[in-house]
Amino acid sequence: MNLSFQIQGGDFTSAGTASSQVRRTLKELGVDASVIKRVVVALYEAEVNVVAHAYRGTISAEISPDKVFMKLVDEGPGITDIEKAMTPGFSTASQEVREMGFGAGMGLPNICRNADVFNIHSVPGKGTTVEITIQFK
Amino acid sequence: MDQQMKPFHHALRIRKEICIGCSRCIRVCPTEALRVIDGKAKLHPEWCIDCGECFKVCPVKAIVVEDDDIAKIFRYKHRILLIPSIFFAQFEEKLTLDAIKGILYDMGFTELCTVEQGADLLVDEINRYVAEFEGEKPVISSYCPAVVRLIQIRFPSFADRIMRLIPPLEITAQYYRNEYEKNGVPLEDVGIFYVTPCAAKIAAIKAPVGGYISPINGVINMSELYNKVFLAYKQKGITENEHCTLIHSSISSVGVRWSMVGGEADIFRGRALAIDSMPNVIEFLERLENEEIKGIDFLELRACDMSCCGGILVQDNRFLIKERIDKMAEELPEKHMLDQEFRNVCSGYIPMEPVEPRAMVKYHADLKIALQRMEEARRLRDQLPDIDCSACGAPSCEALADDIVCNRATMKHCVILHAHRANPEMMEKIWGKKRFIKK
Repeated sequence: MNLSFQIQGGDFTSAGTASSQVRRTLKELGVDASVIKRVVVALYEAEVNVVAHAYRGTISAEISPDKVFMKLVDEGPGITDIEKAMTPGFSTASQEVREMGFGAGMGLPNICRNADVFNIHSVPGKGTTVEITIQFK
Repeated sequence: MDQQMKPFHHALRIRKEICIGCSRCIRVCPTEALRVIDGKAKLHPEWCIDCGECFKVCPVKAIVVEDDDIAKIFRYKHRILLIPSIFFAQFEEKLTLDAIKGILYDMGFTELCTVEQGADLLVDEINRYVAEFEGEKPVISSYCPAVVRLIQIRFPSFADRIMRLIPPLEITAQYYRNEYEKNGVPLEDVGIFYVTPCAAKIAAIKAPVGGYISPINGVINMSELYNKVFLAYKQKGITENEHCTLIHSSISSVGVRWSMVGGEADIFRGRALAIDSMPNVIEFLERLENEEIKGIDFLELRACDMSCCGGILVQDNRFLIKERIDKMAEELPEKHMLDQEFRNVCSGYIPMEPVEPRAMVKYHADLKIALQRMEEARRLRDQLPDIDCSACGAPSCEALADDIVCNRATMKHCVILHAHRANPEMMEKIWGKKRFIKK
């Protein structure tokens, strides 16, 4: 089962659409609720990151009987220092974004904590690719 | 389905001989538990939550509430009626509280008690429960049984957030049973009856959740009792009422508002929301499940629009009822006459076991088969017209696709595709050419 979504930078009202659809699909399949929760937390964070930082992006989710593999590819400024971005509390978000309740700087570490496999690859000036795998058992 | 689970007890039943198979009910069911088969609406018993949405839209009153016959009260020597404040608020002002009570005594009840007497002690109990709650918040109120069942089936991961305190109705029932027992009355002589504004409360009394057994012996349909009282009033006028024990029917301003929107949320000292009507409740729970909502401590969720004022068995307009209750509340004291006695007697009764989740299996218990079926259903959906006309007997094209992959229906059920084959020009004139191109 493959799902795919387009995201527009700055469109906070639509942020959460992908994680909501993936959640619904996993729930209909009967995936364990605690696993779904991890998927939703990780994907929602990653989705909001694209909305908050990139110009546009795509999300794909590949569901197989034992796991879900999610890939977020964005066109945007990229991350110059990934190690720094992975530090809890570190944030580059603007004041405007923070006022909306986003950009507290817990995004990447939170995704990483909920994922079984987490990959991030970024080219400054071009964009970022995030891969999240969560096992069902 | 978990084979060890007992099937739900249902308080709603479709009268086959009356049902015209019009499909209105199947479209409003929040768990998609209804289909039209052989010209009649058919209920999937594992999925029904007794919310009564189908009852509200049925044009021929084919859906009935399985209540108890009022004559059943005469099996008991002591016939106690637990009355919600909404019952009184249905009547226009000229039919006073005393007049209504007089008529009820004439009908054979020996004691009239206000249901919401059990609410007052919950004020402290709920606040304490939420403060001490160690799981993830918000805590969800256990008050509305249709919401409890909705959560069991559609939001099973929230079952452990349902407050493990019994609702006011059960607290009051326990109190009076205890009173009679204490006074040496044999319990087989005591019949406790409840006047219900909805079907879900009947189901909850006959088959409670959380390892609880209700002491209530029978449930009386509020709309039937309304008719009986009103008829007696029209025929005999107001009778002198000598028996009334004021103390048992006394009520506080908090209690009288308990079944209204905000009845619980307003007494909560943290951050609480009051949400009424099934679509609103579902929308909120979806957002909560989506991790989009943070920082709420307590949720008062009620299945009916305007909470119990909009119950399917309540007469008169729900907004007028709310107005009457608000007016009653203004004149009532902060505490009812038995407040302390309730606190002394009932605190031990209030806790209940956790509510058990009962997730609906949509495709198959085996994830591999479920995934295959889901993929097949998505493929089928691309071939279906996506107009949710329900002419196939399922509530939506999506539901038909699911039924097909679970071998409950076939593609032949789609009436629109038949019609298109028979007369493509006409169908395309209405629905457009694009709709019939297979993706």
